[in-house]
Amino acid sequence: MIARAVATLLFVVLATPAVRQLLESVMLTHMLVQIPLLVAVGALLGATLPTRWEARLAEWNRGGVSGIALALIVSSWWMVPRALDLALASPAMEAAKFVSLPLFVGAPLALSWRRLGSLGRGFVLANVLPMWAVVGWLYIAAPMRVCNYYLVDQQVAAGTGLLWVSGVVGVVACALGFRSNGRSQAAT
Amino acid sequence: MRDVSWLRTAAALLVISTFGGGALWCGTDGFRAFTSEQARRNAVARAPRSIPDVRLESADGRTFTFADLRGRPVAVDFVYTQCKSICTLLSAGFERIDHAQRSRTAGERLPLLSISFDPRDTPDRLMTYATRYHADGQSWRLARLRDTSDLPALLRAFGIVVIPDGRGDFQHNAAVHIVDSSGRLSRVLDANATPDLVARAALGQ
Repeated sequence: MIARAVATLLFVVLATPAVRQLLESVMLTHMLVQIPLLVAVGALLGATLPTRWEARLAEWNRGGVSGIALALIVSSWWMVPRALDLALASPAMEAAKFVSLPLFVGAPLALSWRRLGSLGRGFVLANVLPMWAVVGWLYIAAPMRVCNYYLVDQQVAAGTGLLWVSGVVGVVACALGFRSNGRSQAAT
Repeated sequence: MRDVSWLRTAAALLVISTFGGGALWCGTDGFRAFTSEQARRNAVARAPRSIPDVRLESADGRTFTFADLRGRPVAVDFVYTQCKSICTLLSAGFERIDHAQRSRTAGERLPLLSISFDPRDTPDRLMTYATRYHADGQSWRLARLRDTSDLPALLRAFGIVVIPDGRGDFQHNAAVHIVDSSGRLSRVLDANATPDLVARAALGQ
């Protein structure tokens, strides 16, 4: 109940013109604050889905495979520089961002992550984290501006941020992975 | 009851990858445009677009419109005279093109047109800039908009996004644009395109 209220509140706050303007005026906060928070809204809603609905969805999401595929495909679109430009230039694309990130990335992620199993989770992370790092590096090293609406120094900041996120998530995931591995070994 | 969840998951996966992959395909012009600039170039090459017939004022104070230029292709770029970065590359490129075609008669040359999007650029400033790059004002004209209120429509038609950086300079996407003999924007080339490449693009090759 509380999680759902928090998610709704967060969504409403993110959607207010002032907050949108604030977060989207800088590439770094657009990519690494607004987008992750929209995903978090969906994740909170997905994690608190009524059991009946969750069971029905699970019928179509065995092992979390289809949910994670949906989240990966939709989130990869929002990594494309053109998508960021379009979100700023067209209200329809901006609306699509606010709908697709919670609904097609956050919620399926929450509903599928645990079902993936440790092998599946490792596989996803081993693909996604290097991709973020490469995109981040491209933003830093590109000889040109990749977004028409952002200045070059902002692009470098966003790239650096992506590299950091990729690194930190990688380290945390490794630490958690080793810890649970140690636990299961201790249990046997 | 038989467990059909594997079947359903496979069906869901098929739908997701078809629609998701299709959407990604469309959004990136078939995985060929990951930036707005590339998408603009692809779109122009696919479907040349008409441009508003705005009134321009050249460095020597003469006014003209895009309609006056029809009948032959024109290479167009967008600059501002105080620019210290990408415009210098564009203008050096135009100087190279202009120099390469010096031996030809006026009728055989590809006309060059540099349009300033900076309202601070007066004809005087444009003239100083033209002198710096040895533009003669005939085969290579420097111009500004007669009426700055026409600027947004012109930039939109060309697909140029200009952002003031807050320190008196601008960031803008830079390219060489070919406006064909019927006055349509027909090709967009890299800022550092060679004279040969620009000449061939102007001929529709």
